[in-house]
Amino acid sequence: MLRDLDFRLSKGGFYFLTGPSGAGKTSLLKLLYLAQRPTRGRIRLFDTELTDAPRESLPPFRRRIGVVFQDFRLIRHMSAFDNVALPLRIAGATDEQVEAPVREMLAWVGLADRASARPPTLSGGEQQRVAIARAVINRPDLLVADEPTGNVDAEMAQRLLHLFTALNRLGTTVVVATHDVGLIKASAGAKLIRLENGTVMDPTGALRNPPRSPRLDA
Amino acid sequence: MPTWLIASPSEGRLLGEGRLRGPTAWVIAIMSFSIVIIAAAGLALASTAGMLTHAISSRYSIELPAGSGDVSRLLGAVRTAPGVTEADAVPESEMRATLERWLGPAAQSPDLPVPALINFNVRDGADLGAIRQRVQAALPSASITAHRESVAPLLHSLHVLQWVAFGLVLLLSAAASAAVVLAARGALENHRFTIEVMHGIGATDAQVTNLFQRKIAIDALAGSLAGAVAAGLVLLMLSAGASFMGELTGGATLSGLDLLVLALLPVALTVLATWIARLAVLAALRKAL
Repeated sequence: MLRDLDFRLSKGGFYFLTGPSGAGKTSLLKLLYLAQRPTRGRIRLFDTELTDAPRESLPPFRRRIGVVFQDFRLIRHMSAFDNVALPLRIAGATDEQVEAPVREMLAWVGLADRASARPPTLSGGEQQRVAIARAVINRPDLLVADEPTGNVDAEMAQRLLHLFTALNRLGTTVVVATHDVGLIKASAGAKLIRLENGTVMDPTGALRNPPRSPRLDA
Repeated sequence: MPTWLIASPSEGRLLGEGRLRGPTAWVIAIMSFSIVIIAAAGLALASTAGMLTHAISSRYSIELPAGSGDVSRLLGAVRTAPGVTEADAVPESEMRATLERWLGPAAQSPDLPVPALINFNVRDGADLGAIRQRVQAALPSASITAHRESVAPLLHSLHVLQWVAFGLVLLLSAAASAAVVLAARGALENHRFTIEVMHGIGATDAQVTNLFQRKIAIDALAGSLAGAVAAGLVLLMLSAGASFMGELTGGATLSGLDLLVLALLPVALTVLATWIARLAVLAALRKAL
C-alpha cells in the first residue's frame, strides 16, 4: 500500500525506482501507467489532472505510455511480430504501415528471426525483449519498466539500457523499477527514487547514484 | 457494410479463435429455425383468417323451420331486395347429406323434419334492416343469421393462435439474445488477458467491442441463415405435400409479403444478436478502469 507520496518527474528525465520487495514499486508503476486509480490523493500526467478523469478519456494518455511488465504480458496466441505491432495498430496504423518499424525493432532486440514465433515457444529472455520492443515501438512520452532486465543476460541488459537511454535522449521520460545495481551504475545521469514501506524516501530523486550499497533490496 | 464488420488479418488474429467453434452459432441456428417455422405458421393462420373473414363478411343465411312456408316465394323476395347480389336455396338433399355426418342414415328419413336454408350475399353498404323487414314480411318465422357471427369463435381462435405465434417468436428471440449475452460474457472471460493488455496499451472500449461484436455478428449471421434455410426446406416439403399450406390453413398460402417477412427474420435475428452482444460487451468493459 502506498502512502504519503509526493513527487514529480521531470519531462525527459531518467529515473530508477528502487526499494525492497513489497515496498510498493509495482503499485506505484500501476498508478503511473494508469492501470489503477489512487484511493486518495492526486495524479497529474502530461499536464493533465487524471485522478478522476473519466475512463473514456484515458486511452489517448495510455498510448503515450510504454509499459514493460514484470510478467511480460504478451498475448500468447499472437506472434512476436503481432505483439510488438499491437500498439501501432491500436493507434490506427495499417498492416502495411507497421511492417517496417516492427521488423526493425525486432532486429534491434535480436529477434529478427523469431518474428513469427509465439510467446510460449520463446525463452524468458526472448519474451522480455518482445515486451520491451512492444513498449517502445510507439516512441512513448513516458516509458515505465518493471524489472526489464530480470530475464536477460548482461550483454542484452546493456543493449536494452542503451535503447532506453536513446529514447530518453529523444525526449521520453523513463522510469525503471529495478534491483539491478549494475544497470543503475551504468546510467550515471539517472536519478534514484527509493521506496520503502509504501512511501518515497527521497522525493527529490537526488539520492547517490550509483548507490553505496551493493544491494538495493536489502 | 459497416466498417467494424470487416476485420484486417491482424485484427482477426487478436481473438485467436475461428468462428463457429463455440455453441453460439448452433444455438442461433436452432432459434432461427424455430422462429421461421413458427412465424410461417402464424402468417399462414393470419392469411386463413383473412380469407375467411373476406369470404363471409357479406354472407348471410335465412333459416326456415321445416314446413313453415313457401321457400320459393321467400327466395324471390330476397333476390329482389335492394343490396342483395346473390341468393340461393340450399337443396334439401344437401341439407340431409350434411346432417348425415352427425345423425347417420336417420338423416335420410322422411320423418325427420329438415329446415330450409337460403344463403345470400349483399354488397357493401346494403341496408340489412330493410332486407330483414322484407324477409319478415314474406315469412315471419324466418330468421337471418350473419355468417361472421357463426364463425366468430373460430376467427377468435385463429387470432389467438396468431398472437401465440407472435409471442413465441418474441420468446425465442429473447432466448437467442440471452444465449448471445452468455456467449459474449464467456468470450470476454476467455479473452480477459488480451483485453487487459489492449486496454493497457490504449485501446478504446469501441476497439475491443468491435472485435467481439464482429465475431458474434458473423456467428449469428451464419447460424441465422443456416436455421432459416433449414426451416425453408421444411416449409417447402410441407407445402409440396399440400398438407401444411393447404389442409391445415384451408387453402391459404403465404403471400409475397409474408415470404419477405420470413426472409428478413434471420437478418433481424442477426442484427438483434449483434446489438445485444455490443451492449453486453460494453457493459462488461465499463466495469474495468
